[in-house]
Amino acid sequence: MTRRSIHLVAVLLCSSAIVLAASKGLPLQRVPISAQQRANPIDTNDDNRRAGRKLFLQECAPCHGREALGNRRVPPLATPMVRQAKPGALFWVLRNGSLCHGMPSFAHLPEDMRWQIIVFLKSL
Amino acid sequence: MEEPGNLELALNGVTASAGGHPFLAGAWELEYGVKAWWTTEFYLDAQTTSGESTLFTGFRWENRLRVLPTEHWVNPVIYVEYENINGADKTLLEVVGHDGKQDLAVPNNVASLEQQRELETKLILGSYVKGWTIAENIIVEKNLAHEPWEFGYAVGVSRPLALRARPERCTFCPENWQAGVEVYGGLGTTEQFGFRDTSQYIAPTVEWQLPEGPTLKLSAGFGLTGQSLPVLFRVGVSYEIAQVGNAIKGLFSSAHRESAR
Repeated sequence: MTRRSIHLVAVLLCSSAIVLAASKGLPLQRVPISAQQRANPIDTNDDNRRAGRKLFLQECAPCHGREALGNRRVPPLATPMVRQAKPGALFWVLRNGSLCHGMPSFAHLPEDMRWQIIVFLKSL
Repeated sequence: MEEPGNLELALNGVTASAGGHPFLAGAWELEYGVKAWWTTEFYLDAQTTSGESTLFTGFRWENRLRVLPTEHWVNPVIYVEYENINGADKTLLEVVGHDGKQDLAVPNNVASLEQQRELETKLILGSYVKGWTIAENIIVEKNLAHEPWEFGYAVGVSRPLALRARPERCTFCPENWQAGVEVYGGLGTTEQFGFRDTSQYIAPTVEWQLPEGPTLKLSAGFGLTGQSLPVLFRVGVSYEIAQVGNAIKGLFSSAHRESAR
């Protein structure tokens, strides 16, 4: 094996270790500060809360449960931690998911729909 | 990507006419989210051709792996599929190489004698911009017998008819509808790469997600080259069973409780 190949393997191993290290920790604890600052651009009125509940039942309830209480493998969302989280932090988690914790990305939903889900989550 | 633990059942059909014989081909699909970054899918293909026969044409097994842990402007997914189908397969799940209408016009009793064991790989690039979903697929397919590598592509854009959900539960809300357009076709082989003698299609698509129910998809594809079928229609229905493992465990545990009484 040439020195160049050894360097390449070492770089790949280090990169993998960095990615794994970066992906540890609860999703809300990994949100970059700049993303946390993002404000919710839609009104937190009852219409958006109800629309958020409808989207929650469609997109989130299959794993987190209809009452957002989670189960042995999936965390609850009706918690003070989620209620007190910055909307920008929740938006970041919905956009990126947390692949190592089994949460997929919901980037396929339009942004406004994701904010409607956040309005609902903050009301739980 | 399928959400982990969820199982999607889908039936996708395509109908067209080749060589004066209308046909209907279908793929029965079982898609399971193994991990948030890994989805696996199993297909069973069949077809019926007017004035010829109805036959099972083979199976496929594919895996999709998401490469990056977070979202970016472009999100790559690696797709690897093993196909064990025969030459009578008309599901047209992808168009590669010099696939054309003359392949579909071969009578079933002749085409079904040809076994095709193929490895298909795709690089899927997905982006989400202001409610639009943009996807580009680059397809590389290799018949495991002594055939050249074949290439193809697919590009699609789609968007829901509304970017915000309505508060009330509704069946025909615009957010339940998605419209888009796809362009796909072959790109030749290692021996003759390019658009020459390839099939190319453009297809408007419509998708309707019923609340807590199945999703229906319709598309009409129009051939853009002499090799293409003039027109083909696709129809698909899919239904997702959430957390299928837990649902099965629940069934067994309730049956166990009943028997213990």
